Order: sequence, then structure tokens, then C-alpha cells
Amino acid sequence: MILDAPTSLRGSLANRLHLDLPLLIALLLLSGVSLAVLYSADSSRVDQQLLRLAVGFVVMLVLAQIPPDNYIRWTPWLYALAVGLLIAVLLAGIAGKGAQRWIGIGGFRFQPSELMKLAMPMMVAWYLREVSLPPSLKKLFAAVLIVAIPTLLIAKQPDLGTAVLVAGAGIFVLLFSGIPFKVLGFASLLLAPLAGMLWKFGMHDYQRQRVLTFLTPESDPLGAGYHIIQSKIAIGSGGLYGKGWLNGTQSHLEFLPERHTDFIFAVFGEEFGLLGGTLLLSVYLFIVWRGLYIAAQAQEPYGRLLIGGLIMTFFIYFFINIGMVAGLLPVVGLPLPLVSFGGTSMVTIMASFGILMSIHTHRKLLKG
Amino acid sequence: MAKRFTLKDPIREAHLFRTRAIAAAVLTTLLVFVLLARLVHLQVHNHDHFSTLSNNNRVAVQPIAPTRGLIFDRNGVVLAENLPTYILEVIPERVEDMETTLAALRKLVNVADSDLKRFRESVRRKRRFEAIPLRFQLTDEEVARVAVNRHRLPGVEINSRLTRHYPLGALTAHVVGYVGRINQRELNCLEQQRGCGFDWSDTSKELLQRSNYSATNRIGKVGVERSHEDALHGKVGFQKVETNARGRVLRILERTPPVPGKDLHLNIDIGLQQAAQKAFTGERGALVAIEPKTGAVLALVSVPSYDSNLFVNGIDSATYTKLSQSLFQPLFNRALRGQYPPGSTTKPFVGLAGLELGDIGPDDKQVCRGHYQLEGEERHYRDWTRHGPGVDVHRSIVESCDVFFYDLAHKLGIDRLSGFLRQFGFGQPTGVDIGGEAGGLMPTREWKRRTRHEAWYPGETLITGIGQGFTLATPLQMASTTAALAIRGQRMQPQVVRAVENSGGGNRETLPAVALKPVSVKESSNWDRILNAMEQVVHGSRGTARRIGRDAPYQIAGKTGTAQVFGIAQDAEYVEADVVKLLRDHALFIGFAPVDEPQIAIGVIVENGGSGGAVAAPIARQVMDYHLIGRQEEKKP
Repeated sequence: MILDAPTSLRGSLANRLHLDLPLLIALLLLSGVSLAVLYSADSSRVDQQLLRLAVGFVVMLVLAQIPPDNYIRWTPWLYALAVGLLIAVLLAGIAGKGAQRWIGIGGFRFQPSELMKLAMPMMVAWYLREVSLPPSLKKLFAAVLIVAIPTLLIAKQPDLGTAVLVAGAGIFVLLFSGIPFKVLGFASLLLAPLAGMLWKFGMHDYQRQRVLTFLTPESDPLGAGYHIIQSKIAIGSGGLYGKGWLNGTQSHLEFLPERHTDFIFAVFGEEFGLLGGTLLLSVYLFIVWRGLYIAAQAQEPYGRLLIGGLIMTFFIYFFINIGMVAGLLPVVGLPLPLVSFGGTSMVTIMASFGILMSIHTHRKLLKG
Repeated sequence: MAKRFTLKDPIREAHLFRTRAIAAAVLTTLLVFVLLARLVHLQVHNHDHFSTLSNNNRVAVQPIAPTRGLIFDRNGVVLAENLPTYILEVIPERVEDMETTLAALRKLVNVADSDLKRFRESVRRKRRFEAIPLRFQLTDEEVARVAVNRHRLPGVEINSRLTRHYPLGALTAHVVGYVGRINQRELNCLEQQRGCGFDWSDTSKELLQRSNYSATNRIGKVGVERSHEDALHGKVGFQKVETNARGRVLRILERTPPVPGKDLHLNIDIGLQQAAQKAFTGERGALVAIEPKTGAVLALVSVPSYDSNLFVNGIDSATYTKLSQSLFQPLFNRALRGQYPPGSTTKPFVGLAGLELGDIGPDDKQVCRGHYQLEGEERHYRDWTRHGPGVDVHRSIVESCDVFFYDLAHKLGIDRLSGFLRQFGFGQPTGVDIGGEAGGLMPTREWKRRTRHEAWYPGETLITGIGQGFTLATPLQMASTTAALAIRGQRMQPQVVRAVENSGGGNRETLPAVALKPVSVKESSNWDRILNAMEQVVHGSRGTARRIGRDAPYQIAGKTGTAQVFGIAQDAEYVEADVVKLLRDHALFIGFAPVDEPQIAIGVIVENGGSGGAVAAPIARQVMDYHLIGRQEEKKP
């Protein structure tokens, strides 16, 4: 007998709410870490963050209830809407912090590139779901176009960090579709000179500066390299067990800039040490594993590919953030997912987990 | 390559995906191990190195708050100053036992329970090495007592801080205003550079920046303190300091001093202000005095008032509730924001409109039977008394005859009437240089259609003619329009601030008087008639304000008024004794003196005072006396 699993009559509360309990617990853990570290870094923002987390969880809960068939049907429209909004931003967006990223709708500010973070993997998965996998070169080329158009629109804003993330989300879907590694190697050979061109013509001075600073932070200790030096000192001085909650001197003496947003991991590392860092990374890695497991369990190619793309985007988020705060990667302005103080990206991430749970909990199961 | 027909193979695809997913899991795990390796590198291998750096990380940049500019009256009397006050602070980290320390401190100085509660909250929220204030504004004796016992109270410190102080408190609260703690809304305004009632000119935008307030914790809330925040605040300074690992400053390495705020000199004569406030003798109301030629605001009084010092360090909620819920509304700035029906004080303006627009001749006479009726209407529009036959425009102003003005208003019609009065500034903000003034109301047909979706009724024109009905004016507007009347239609913008001076003297910049569009009156004899009638209001034998004119050593022109607080039924008689005090009529008076060379124009309202001639006019007279002769007398003995 085929059942909509889990049925609304059966199973635990989490099942009945179409939630995946292990993932939910991991997400709640991260929220707790967020509130605790934020309390230490800037206690005045805890209330706001709590509200945002609450909104995020509600969004996740709501999206998890919607059967995945609907997502499939909505995908092309959502993608078209997101592309349209991106064009609108370029034409009429409000300049925020020197770049056009926001669009105002009735006094409400909205960042269309956030919508694209969801719409992009959905669209690529939608396109590939009917195609025999791995895709032929022709189909692959069409899929690359789906990825390229919004990426270029976002890069033009200019918001390189988000552009890379959005492109990444699409490319991960392509990777999961099984394109041969030969093609990959060939593509990267083609992309190398393109990166050179980007460096020369496509980047703003401040973006180039960030890459240079990354390579030699000590060269400019009071200017652009300050962030990295200070965050390394904060993390390094934390040691094995950390200085203890609320006792981080680097962050509290205000040596550490942006300590409530992008650099919040430095506060965490200083106060909770290697032990805390290992635990936090374990939670993140667990979420990725669980996501990949759920993807492999999905019955339709759409669900598989979409979840794979979403979960790898999530991975990229925390990998790049922690990598940059620890001085491994350039400072690109990405938040630590669910822990950093910030609104829109949190809602996007929770929305992607909502879709993931919907796909997972609406599977058709054979009752054994 | 030959075209190949491909068929979806779900099992193969699922398998393909599974291998890729496993590859992804392995890859992500490896990358996380890279991160972990980096953390081990930083936190284990280089821990000592970074710990040392952290301990040596001692150069911090600290902002230094600028000293706020002082505020003086026109004679150099200090109205707002900065006094050093002593604060008792405790650094939790250095305290051996918090409870015994607190107990010991409570024996030495008076610590209220509310102080203690706030202190304990701060201890929980703040870092252990930060000094947390326990008591503000210690007296000298308390400072001495703590100082003597300091050796047995480690972690307890007495620090001094400059605090805004208003030596004349309640006398200046409604003009100077006060400063208070910056709140989130104001921070947002500073961030976005708009809103909050600050003056956002291009020059002030440079000063009203969030970064400029990085060391400031007080900001102007109302009055001059708010409207001239940009000039008063100054520019933030910075110092590079060397601290120890816990944040204590050891040494200043480099210093960019702050630029202190500018001093303000007001047009207000604080002696006059005091005389006016005294003249109210406990009544509620407001008085504004303006120098007609310059628009200088000489006095701006709203009584009852409150002590503005209460707000500087944050007012306690009990006192605030008492103030804000008081029936007498001491926090309400009546002079700027109180909107009252101007009553009969509008008659000189309406009379001028009638003469100038040709609806009445100077000698047109009426018989006043004590009431007026519109053709085809039942309703009686009552007068306060029967003035009998022979009432012309002169007598109707001197004796304040309503019937004459009902008739005149009817002839003028609401649109012409209100159009003419608007020229004086009725129904629009005066543009005074302190914020928050109300605009009053001069009704028109169009206004009523827009706001009430109703047609204008002819009867409403009649009561507009005697300053009742919808018409509203603030005391500031009454003074400002009277000033315009006094100098025959020249209009000056009311100004509270006279000059801005760099702190410590020098470079004094006097603000120029601002002329507004004058009232257009072609026939100058019309001015003579109206001003002469107003003079007779005070000095004539039948004038409604004759009691203040009897012994005046200079000539005063004025007009009394009474404004209804509640409506009287058609057949009822208004008997003052029967009416509860709070429902009694408002008493009004406008006037200026001396008539030939006007130096002061006054608008005064006494809430529920009753009669304008008996209650409001004597207050104006006392203020005029002080301004015109008072100071000479002071010099004599």
C-alpha cells in the first residue's frame, strides 16, 4: 500500500508537522549559539535576532507543509519573477551602501538576489528533471545559460559575494546531475583566463583590495588588513577551551570590527576556544550530511538535485565565512548562516530548509 | 556523433546521484577538516603568540565628547550650562564582595532602591571591567564621605562628568527645552539624516552624523536645545590610548581634541520672562512678547511649567506620570502648541479687512440689538451685550460689538475674510526658529470640504468674524500677528535665537532678522482707524480694557477677547458662577506699546480666566511696564 509518508495520522509531532527532527534539532542548536554569542558581542541586538529567528522558523514550518509538486509547478514563474526583479533593481533600485541591491515595494525593502538564491537551484533542477542524466552537452549549455544570466545581473549590482553564491547554487545542481569530470576539467581551463579578465576589468577597487589584503594582511595593519589580524588574534588567543562566555577581551574591547555580523565566529572562537569551534563545525557538518542523505532519499530527480544544490550552498556559506574569519580565505562579506546578526539571508536559509523538509516528508512510501 | 535516443533511466540516475552525494559528503568533510586544522594552528600551535598579541593589543581609539555650547539670554544671563557632577561608580571585577561593598556604600551615601535595581541590571549586562554607575549627582559631603573610606572599598570610584544644568529650570523649560539620553529613534534619525525635528540643512548634516555622536550620550529633546542641536553639540574628538589587557587606559598616545559646541544668545529677556510668569499669579495660560521691528521673541511663557533639570538624567517614572497626567498639563507648551479660538482679538483684523476690501465705510453705522439673525434663519447669533444704535467700526472694536462683526463677516464672505487674515499669518506656522509649533487654523470653504466633506454654512462665516467656530490660533501667532498690526503690515519672522558665538567668546555671528511678505493695505488711513480704535480699547472711556489704560505712562493699543470653551444652548444665559472653573471661558488679550513707536507686541491667553479685559489685559500691562519703564526704575535707587 502506498502511503503519503508520514501521514498526518501517524508518527511523532515533528513528523506530523512535516519536519525532519534531526535537522530541526541541529538548526535550533545553531540558533541558541547565535543568541548566546550575540549577547556577548552586542547584547542590544539579541531581541531583534530572536525575532528574526522566529520569523525564519515560521517560514520554514510553512514551506514544509506545501507538497513538492507545487514547487515544481511554481519554479519557472519564480525564476522569471526573480530575474525581472533583478532587472528592476538595476533600473530603479535604491542605492544602499554604494551598490544597488535593494528594491523598495511600498516602504518595504527587499533584496531580489536573496530570492534568486532559491530560484536558481530550483530552476536548474526543474530544467534537468525531464532530461536524461547525465545531460548532453547541448542541454548542459542551456543549463549554464540559466545559471549565467542572473549571476551576471547580480555581479553588475555589484555584489560579487552573492553572485558567486547564486552561481554556486546552480553549478552544484549541475554537478549532482552527473556531468562527467572531463567536462569539468575542460570548463575550468576555459574559466582561468576569464578570472584574469574579471580581475582586470570586472572588479571594483575595494574588491581587488580585499583579495590583495587577504594575501598579505600584515602589510596594512591599521587599514584593510585590520579585520583579519584582529580576528586571528581573537581566535588564536581563545586557545583550547576559550576565555569563557562574555569574557572575550578582543571583542569586548572593540578591537574586533563587525563582531556581530560577518566576524561573529571570531567572538565565538575567542570565548569558546577550539573545543567550541569543533562542536560548532560538527553541527554544521551534520546538517550537510543529513541534507545529502535526504537528497539521496528523494524519489524525483527534481527533489534530489534541488536539495543537493541547496545544502551545498549552505556548506559554502559557513565554509567561506569561517575560512575568511580564520584567515584562510579572502574577506568577501558573507554571514555565518543562522549565527550572524542579519535578516534577509536568515530567512532565505530557513526557507531552503523548509523546501528540503517538504520534499523529504511528502515522499510516497511503500508500507512494508 | 550519431544521434542517440535517450531514455530516462531512474535507477541509473539514482545511482549516479548517490555516488555524487557520497563524493560531496567526503569533500565537505575534508574541507571541514581543513578548517579544523586551521583552528588548531591558530588556537593550539600559535596560541601563545596570539595570547601575547591579545595582551599587547592595547592601542584603542576612543572618541571624546565635545562640550555642549552654553545658552544665554539677551543680557548675558546663563540659561543652560554644563556643571561637573560627581558619579559613584563600581567596577565589579575589582570588588572583593559585591554585597558587602554595596551595604557599606549604602551606609555612606543615600542609594535609592531604584538606583540599586538599575545598578544590578547593569552588572548583569555589562563587562566585569566596566565601571557601572551606582549614584549620580553626589553632593560634596557624600563625595568626601566616600573618599575618606575609599581605602576599604576597592573597585569603588568617584568620577566627575559634565552634566547639563538649567539654573532657571521652570522659567526657561518651554523655550530652552532640555537634553536627555539619546534614544534609538534619534540614532536612526542621525543615521538617515532626516526626521526627529532637527534642522537638516547642508551644514547641519555634517554635524548631525551618527559618528559625531559616538561619545555623546545626551541630545537636545525639545525647545532651543533640539532645534539648534547642530550648533550646540560641537564636533567629536578622538584619542589613541594604550590600555592594559582588560581595557583600562594606561596612557594617551595621541589626541585630536573635540571642538566644543557654539554658545547661543537668545532674544529672550529673562527678566521680562520672569515678570510675565509672575503676572499669571497661578493661573494657567501663555504669553508671547515680540519686538515688532525685528521679530525678536522677548518672552515666551507657558504656565504651569516644570523643572527641565528633571529630564537631563532621565526622569523617574513616578514624577513623570505625575507631570504628564496632571490636569494642568505642565509639560504642554501652550505658547507654541496650544491652539485657542482667538475670539474678539480677531476683530481689528476683520475690521481692517472690511475697510480695505470696501465692504464697509468708516462711518457706516449699525443698530445693535444684542443679537443678529441671518435672513431666513431661525437662529439668533448673540452679542455679549446690547450696544444700541450708532455702532460704527471704531465703536465696534472699542466696545467689542459682535453684531457689527457678524454683519461684516456676512458681507465679506468666508473666502475673502480668511484670505485677508491669512496675510497676517493666521492659519499657518509662524516659522519661529524653535520646533514643534502648531499651525492654528483659518477655515475656508475648501478646507471644510477637504477635511470634513461638508459644505460651508453661512452661519459659520458669522462666528468666524468674531474669532469663534473653527478658527484657532496659538499664543505665538497672536503675538506675531499683533506685531504685524503694530508696524502697519510689515511682518518679521519670530526669532528666539539672536546670535551664535564660538565657545569662549569671539566670532559672534548675529542672525539677521527675516522679513516676511507684508500685508497689502492700499489705504493708509485704514491703518489709522484700526490702530486708533485699538488705542481707545485701552485709553477710551468705554474701552473694554480701560482698567489697564487709566494710569499708564505710555500709550497702549490692544484688544480683549473671550473664547468659549463650551457651547451655550440657544436659550441659556452664560453665568460665570455656575460654570465649573475648567469650563469657564478663556481670557485673551493682544496689544502693543508704545503706540507711536511700538517696542513690544504681546499675545496672552489665560485658560478659563473668564474676561479678557479683567484678567488677561492686566498681565500684558505688567509685562509692558517691565519692558518700557521697569528697568529705568531699577536704576534709580
